[in-house]
This record gives sequence, structure tokens and C-alpha cells, in this order.
Amino acid sequence: MKKELFTTALTFIAIIAVNAGLKPGDKAIAFSLKNVDETTVSLSDYSDQKGVILVFTCNPCPFAKAYEKRIIQLDQKYASQGYPVVAINPNNAEISPEDTFENMKVRAEEKQYPFPYLKDETQEIYKAYGATRTPHIFLLENKGGKFKIAYIGAIDDNAMDAAAVTQRYLEAAIGALISGDTPNPNTTKAIGCVIKAKE
Amino acid sequence: MKYWIITTLFAILILSKGIGQGIEEIDGDGIAALLQKYNDTTYVINFWATWCSPCVKEIDFFEELHTSSRDSKIKVILVSLDFPNQVEQSLIPFLEKKEISAPVMLMTDLDYNSWIERVDKSWSGAIPATLIYNKEQRVFLEQELTLDELFENVNQIMN
Repeated sequence: MKKELFTTALTFIAIIAVNAGLKPGDKAIAFSLKNVDETTVSLSDYSDQKGVILVFTCNPCPFAKAYEKRIIQLDQKYASQGYPVVAINPNNAEISPEDTFENMKVRAEEKQYPFPYLKDETQEIYKAYGATRTPHIFLLENKGGKFKIAYIGAIDDNAMDAAAVTQRYLEAAIGALISGDTPNPNTTKAIGCVIKAKE
Repeated sequence: MKYWIITTLFAILILSKGIGQGIEEIDGDGIAALLQKYNDTTYVINFWATWCSPCVKEIDFFEELHTSSRDSKIKVILVSLDFPNQVEQSLIPFLEKKEISAPVMLMTDLDYNSWIERVDKSWSGAIPATLIYNKEQRVFLEQELTLDELFENVNQIMN
């Protein structure tokens, strides 16, 4: 009986943990996913970097499209400072046909992505991180070889018009890490396209 | 003379309402106020956009709820998160094609972070999302709804 109760409690905790996803301060979850160039990219490949700008994004979402150029610029600006972009497409391609691996290849080629664009084929990674929408940013900080979540949320405060942005949330968070501080805010929210998963 | 001015003003008001199907603009404070109306009405507020495929799938259900509850104390409001520069090109043609008669509001505050949590603390920002409330109860659903789910949730809040 006691054991049963314990197992039930454990299951319950596990469910909560899965649903809640990661929070700032949590240990990042390792991944090993297929890139559009057919190689496999793992988080551990970045252990010599100061951090990683992990972006859950996709092909068709207008918010993802609106931010595409800004994501490329982020990589161009921060990869050399030790914070490269890694993009992950979490959408199930049966529900979202524009997000097949082939279509991801086309997109990455067309827009000359300077960063890897990985497919979360089993959809386990986005769930483990607790990503819910595209684009959804997780800024990881390398702390002595272990990646921790430093910031979760939006890139800035104007998806429609990059020129009208007044608050660059993500860049402020990276700036904080560079100067040895903790990002504040370390979480922001944004509208985005719901990640397409099978029921 | 005074009468004439008032009539003209009314005419302008009515005409301008007609343009863009009377899409009222709303900002973060407007949303917060919309979610705190404690009267006899049950409010069904759906956050959506024309580019959001699951939103488009369920929008007919909200329209059905709106048309079937015209005389009851249910008010459906569709808050569009289409970019303000897409209104003429996407939002209005969509509403015309779908013959949406439920009131539509356009969110103009693009600093989403400043108001998402005012809608509901649990909201991640993904759409579709729907808030159903009255003075007694409130439910926030960050998911796509079927017709049955929508009506069931409304009934639960009303009972």
C-alpha cells in the first residue's frame, strides 16, 4: 500500500515536472538531434562556448518568420562572443507539412542560416524544455561545463517591426551574462504559434 | 445648427464603424478592463489570429456560440493578434469570407510581455487561448477547443 502510494506520488510529481518544463536556474537538458546538413548536433558539442541561444522555431509561423532575420543577426553578433544560436524545429510534420525535414533544409538553404537547424523528431526535447510556442527562446549559460537556463522567453518587444523595438529582452540577458550578472527579467512572455504535436 | 452638427457627427461615427467591420482596437489596459467586468454576463474571450491554423479551425464554433446566444447573457469577443499592419490585407478579408458577426477587437500593444500575464498567470502566450468568465467563475484554456468543449465550458461557468 505504502509502496503503491509512493509510486503514485512519484508519477504525479513526474507529470508536474514534465508539464512545468524548465525554469531559469535549472540544468539544461542534453539533446542530440539531426541537423539540416545531415549531421547530428548535440548540446555537448558546445561545451567550449560560454553559452547557447536555443531557439525553438519553425518554417510557417508568422512570428517565427518575423523574427527570422533577427535570429540570424543574433548569431552573427553573439557567436563570436561565445553565444551561438542553435535552432530547433519542434513541430510534427504530419500536422504541419511545411515543417518536414526536407522543407527545413530548403528554408535553411534559402535564408543561409549560419546556425544549425535541428529537427526534434520525437518531440521529446521541446516538451522537456517546456517550450510551448514558436519562437520560444532558452538562453543557456555554460557553468563549468554544465549548461544552465539563464533566460526564457521573447527576443524583444515588437515582433511586427524590428525598427520599433524598445526593449531587447534577450540581448539584455546575454549582456548580463557577459558582465557576470543574472538576467533581469529572466523570463518574459510573447505571443507565438502553438507547437504542433500529435494528440 | 447644433442638431445638424450632432447628426453629422453621428453619421461619421456610423460610417467609420462600418469601415473595417467595426474592428475596435484594444491595448493591454483595455484587455485588463475587459477581464474584470463583474455583471450578469458571461464573457467568452478568444485570443486568435488569421495565421493561426488551430484558431481558424475553431473560430466557427465561437461564431456559432455568438449567434446562438444573442438573447442570452453570453458575450463572445474575438481578440485578434494579427499584426496591425495586416488588418486590411488579412484580417478584414478573413472576417468577410467567414461572415463573422461576433465582435472582433484588434490588439495593438505589441509588447506582449506587458499584458499576457494580466490575462492569466498560466498563459505561455501560445494561441489559441480562451478565457471564459463571469462574476462567479473563471476558466482559462490554452488549447484548441471543439464545439462541444466550448459549449461545455461555457455551461459549466454559467451553472
